Amino acid sequence: MSVVESDNYEPERRARRLAGPLFGAACLLATLTGVVVLSVVLGAVAAAALGHGSQHPWYAIGPNAWKLGRFLVSLTQKFSEDAGFRAGVYGSLWLLALTVLFAVPTGVGAAVFLEEFTPPGRLRRAIQMNIANLAGVPSIVYGILGLALFVRAFGFESFALGRSLWAGALTLALLVLPVIVLATQEALRSVPSSLRHAALALGASRWETVRDHVLPMAVPGILTGTILAVSRAIGETAPVLMVGAAGSIDWIPNGPGDRYTALPVEIYNYAKEPGVEFQSVAAGGILLLLVILLTMNSIAIVIRNKYRVPTR
Amino acid sequence: MTTRSPLRIEPTTPPDESPPMRPSDPLPALPPPKPDPATVPDPVISARSLCVWYGSSMALKNVDIDIPRHKITALIGPSGCGKSTLLRCFNRMNDLIPGARMEGTIKFEGIELADPSIDAVALRRRVGMVFQKPNPFPKSIYQNVAWGARINGYKGDMDELVEKSLRRAALWEEVRGKLHKSGLDLSGGQQQRLCIARTLAVEPEIILMDEPCSALDPIATAKVEDLMDELKEDYTIVIVTHNMQQARRTSDMTACLMLDEAAVQGGHRTGVIAEFSPTEKLFTNPSDPRTEAYITGRIG
Ligand SMILES: Nc1ncnc2c1ncn2[C@@H]1O[C@H](COP(=O)(O)OP(=O)(O)OP(=O)(O)O)[C@@H](O)[C@H]1O
Ligand SMILES: [Mg+2]
Repeated sequence: MSVVESDNYEPERRARRLAGPLFGAACLLATLTGVVVLSVVLGAVAAAALGHGSQHPWYAIGPNAWKLGRFLVSLTQKFSEDAGFRAGVYGSLWLLALTVLFAVPTGVGAAVFLEEFTPPGRLRRAIQMNIANLAGVPSIVYGILGLALFVRAFGFESFALGRSLWAGALTLALLVLPVIVLATQEALRSVPSSLRHAALALGASRWETVRDHVLPMAVPGILTGTILAVSRAIGETAPVLMVGAAGSIDWIPNGPGDRYTALPVEIYNYAKEPGVEFQSVAAGGILLLLVILLTMNSIAIVIRNKYRVPTR
Repeated sequence: MTTRSPLRIEPTTPPDESPPMRPSDPLPALPPPKPDPATVPDPVISARSLCVWYGSSMALKNVDIDIPRHKITALIGPSGCGKSTLLRCFNRMNDLIPGARMEGTIKFEGIELADPSIDAVALRRRVGMVFQKPNPFPKSIYQNVAWGARINGYKGDMDELVEKSLRRAALWEEVRGKLHKSGLDLSGGQQQRLCIARTLAVEPEIILMDEPCSALDPIATAKVEDLMDELKEDYTIVIVTHNMQQARRTSDMTACLMLDEAAVQGGHRTGVIAEFSPTEKLFTNPSDPRTEAYITGRIG
């Protein structure tokens, strides 16, 4: 079928047709950059962890697999043969639980207040801008803040938490708080206002509306944002070092008042060791950390899919 | 409607036509012409000189209207003339819009609705609302009906209330076997009746309906209209509609809102009540030329 030519339009524009595929190819390249770099890094780490120096290739998992197990069991790190991450794994899991405990209620509460109870205006804009800025503050700054505020309590001995899990978790909670607030606000904003109107028109108070309709519908978004933020925090090294995670301890914390060490801090310490064997130990720790983080992210995805509210 | 002339309002008369009385004046021989308390006997809502602003723009000007008890009142008029705005004044849903404010008086059973300090939450149980787009909660059919009653502290048998409300909304037969299925699995017309059932479950005195049938097919529309006719035994209904036939079929009184010419000249869109009369009269013998032009399809 031939198209009638019109003088008002250019007859044929090949460049226009080429632009689409070219742009697509550029985007594909951009995607591959991330994937390729990540795979190379992961491969290198796995190779270092499982290959025990350069004696074995990284894919020769067989003779080295037992070492992965030993990372978990050994506490002392005097000899690389016994080097392990148990204290770090326990410390990080403690930190994780306590951080969630502090940060989630506070962050969700703040977001609900801002979105559902504050009328839009100067006050809300001011708070909003503050929170957005806080989300961009480098983590080391939170470390210094945590050191002054929680570890030392500005010199008031009786309030100081010392280098305990409390101090570490509170510092990490501050770090993730703005991210949780922003994610929760986003989730609340995606709840259609017709739902709020429906509830309010029945004589519900704001609180009842939020509790029974708005929050349940926002749960997937809140959880996704929260888990991503917290798993980010668990990988943080600088602030935890700052508030005094021990470089090497050979006991496991029994309660939130105990001293602790964290997985990334241990990795950092092993990586500093001069012995070649310790490099594979450090790489093993990275693998361990990756497994924990990927597990958390998968949990986020599962929860999100499970709680998804049908909106038709 | 039997008595015609006493029911008529002349809202086109400027409100400040009669000079204000001074204390020194002798008693006037005639009562002031407006407002006329005999317009609608025993109104359930009565608004006088009601003005509504959104920010700095006036959306409604000097609205005088009496909503008759246990009758259906229709609000018609071109788009943007403030029908929804007026409706939302009656249950204070305008409070949810930042920058909205109202002036004048609206009396509802002795409560002054324009008073910002009244308890809007308590009011909204007594003045229910059905929205243009069906908006059931993303919960089960049962929960949709029971939730409002529960948060308002309903003390009776909940199963019974749910069944009664669904029956009244003419939905019971269609959903009786699947009360625990999601309310979102229903068709649009069923969803709208579910929303009506949900409103009935909190036993309001007035039901405000903002174009409740605009998303429905003629069969579902007919069902909702039949329903309204039944409900008016016990409830007062105010309905906004763009459908003249629907207004004519269902309502007892009709208010026709129009954009204020003077405001349009000044670049604003302000609504006024052009005419408020018994439906039969408004459609057969309108006293306002703009109303006549609107209902015959010449403007709007
Ligand atoms: N939330 C709001 N914020 C600001 N202005 C508003 C808002 N809602 C309505 N308005 C304005 O108030 C006027 C009346 O609007 P309203 O929704 O009451 O009209 P309507 O008669 O219901 O129209 P329609 O028939 O199209 O539903 C319009 O000029 C509109 O722009
Ligand atoms: Mg409207």
